[in-house]
Amino acid sequence: MLRDITLGQYYQTDSVIHRLDPRVKLVATIVFIISLFVVDNWIGYCIAAVFLACMVKISKVPFRFMVKGMKSIVFLLVLAVVFNLFLTPGEAVATVWKLTITKEGIRIAVMMAVRLVFLIIGSSLMTLTTTPNNLTDGMEKLMAPLKIFKAPVHEVAMMMSIALRFIPILLEETDKIMKAQIARGADFESGSLIKRAKGMAPLLVPLFISAFRRANDLAMAMEARCYRGGEHRTKMKPLVYHARDRVGYVTVFGYLAACIFLGRIWNF
Amino acid sequence: MAIILDHVSHIYEKGTTMEAAALKDISLVIPDGQFIGLIGHTGSGKSTLVQHLNGLMKPTYGTVYYNGEDIHESGFDKKKLRSKVGLVFQYPEHQLFEIDVFKDVCFGPKNMGLSEKEVQLRAYAALKQVGLEDEYFYQSPFDLSGGQKRRVAIAGVLAMKPEALVLDEPTAGLDPKGRDEILDQIARLREETGITVILVSHSMEDVAKYVDRIIVMNQGSVMYDDEPREVFRHYKELEAVGLAAPQVTYIMQELKRQGLDVDTDVITIEEARDGILKALGLFSQREA
Repeated sequence: MLRDITLGQYYQTDSVIHRLDPRVKLVATIVFIISLFVVDNWIGYCIAAVFLACMVKISKVPFRFMVKGMKSIVFLLVLAVVFNLFLTPGEAVATVWKLTITKEGIRIAVMMAVRLVFLIIGSSLMTLTTTPNNLTDGMEKLMAPLKIFKAPVHEVAMMMSIALRFIPILLEETDKIMKAQIARGADFESGSLIKRAKGMAPLLVPLFISAFRRANDLAMAMEARCYRGGEHRTKMKPLVYHARDRVGYVTVFGYLAACIFLGRIWNF
Repeated sequence: MAIILDHVSHIYEKGTTMEAAALKDISLVIPDGQFIGLIGHTGSGKSTLVQHLNGLMKPTYGTVYYNGEDIHESGFDKKKLRSKVGLVFQYPEHQLFEIDVFKDVCFGPKNMGLSEKEVQLRAYAALKQVGLEDEYFYQSPFDLSGGQKRRVAIAGVLAMKPEALVLDEPTAGLDPKGRDEILDQIARLREETGITVILVSHSMEDVAKYVDRIIVMNQGSVMYDDEPREVFRHYKELEAVGLAAPQVTYIMQELKRQGLDVDTDVITIEEARDGILKALGLFSQREA
């Protein structure tokens, strides 16, 4: 039941996208998101769709996995579409009760839906093809200039990678404790909201204790290995750009340029 | 009156690339009052199997019957089933949550909707059954030692007065003394109450001394299902799947190979001692 959460899930396979430097993928994701909001015509969206489809194809991640991540935003999506559809002023197309659907409304609603869907697929493509460790490594490297302003870049990256690493562990733990309490007759599903909230104690108390225990163990293990922060710390696998990463950057910025200019030229 | 598994299979992540069969066509009859050892290597499916016994998991194919009723039929009272088939998970001390030991043990019977008095009587009896002294009853469960915590957790299940007690690796992470204490306590409990006990373990040594029947699991299937001494005769096959017979079996086999005419079917150290003495012609002296 709890295992269905795909947040930050990594899909193990071997593809060019998987092998790309995480910095490239981070930048590419940001560029892709920017492109979605800069572009406001159909040519642009077609280019974005083709680009995304190609990336998904190259990544060898089954499309099903991307759709899975979409389940969580269905509500948001419907909300955005409905509001835009009915509340945009303009040329009326149809009237349902007191609400009017306008031509502009349809246009904005569809655009919004496309943007959201592309956004989710694009960013889940990054998390599906990059291990959490790699991702935080990339972030640390990209944020490195902030160290000039005394920002604790390394520490934040370390905290993030630990947090990400612990998500599946704590999910599994939750599942286990839940089952153990159900075996003792606990009921997590029925009753009023207050009763259900109270009924969470048998789940939450052991979960917190377990989280603290694990944090303690981890801190101990890190100390035993003389961890003392980012100062003078070297990497076992330092991030180095390869030829494919340069190709990646060129492709991404080429895409952005194409999106903007082709859209301008053939705008209709 | 028994638990019956009829051609039960369980497949994780069915329909994805990560599809994995944890149980493959398992058929078992678990009659009342039997003491069963369920043995298997890590990943053999034993933990998955025990979660089918009280309906926590639903078989992908096949049926589980409790006292003749299909437990996944609509209208079947699963909550009652879970009080009848008490399941103690691995590291059960991780599920403790109440402010004191006594209250934690009360959790199970309270969920059954019993009266306050009955709940307390059961909790008290259960704590006595696992051999915890009164002085600990009103302490925080988190202040106890590892072995004591585990006993409290087992008491938490016993307080529901189950007809069958399933223990998933109850000795994991305990020292030899703690292990023997827990196992002896379970054996005594079974003698006193006559309940069915299913002991899940990866160690033959643990269970050989106590159980009437051993079920060996390998890669989701039942490999052997027989009396301990029958199962241990296959010690070579057991080794091949990463398990081992008790050490005495090896000693006796080796003695036999070296020419001493001993009974190789023994399973406990006491039996082995008697067998060797007998083979050496010293048995009568010891008895006298």
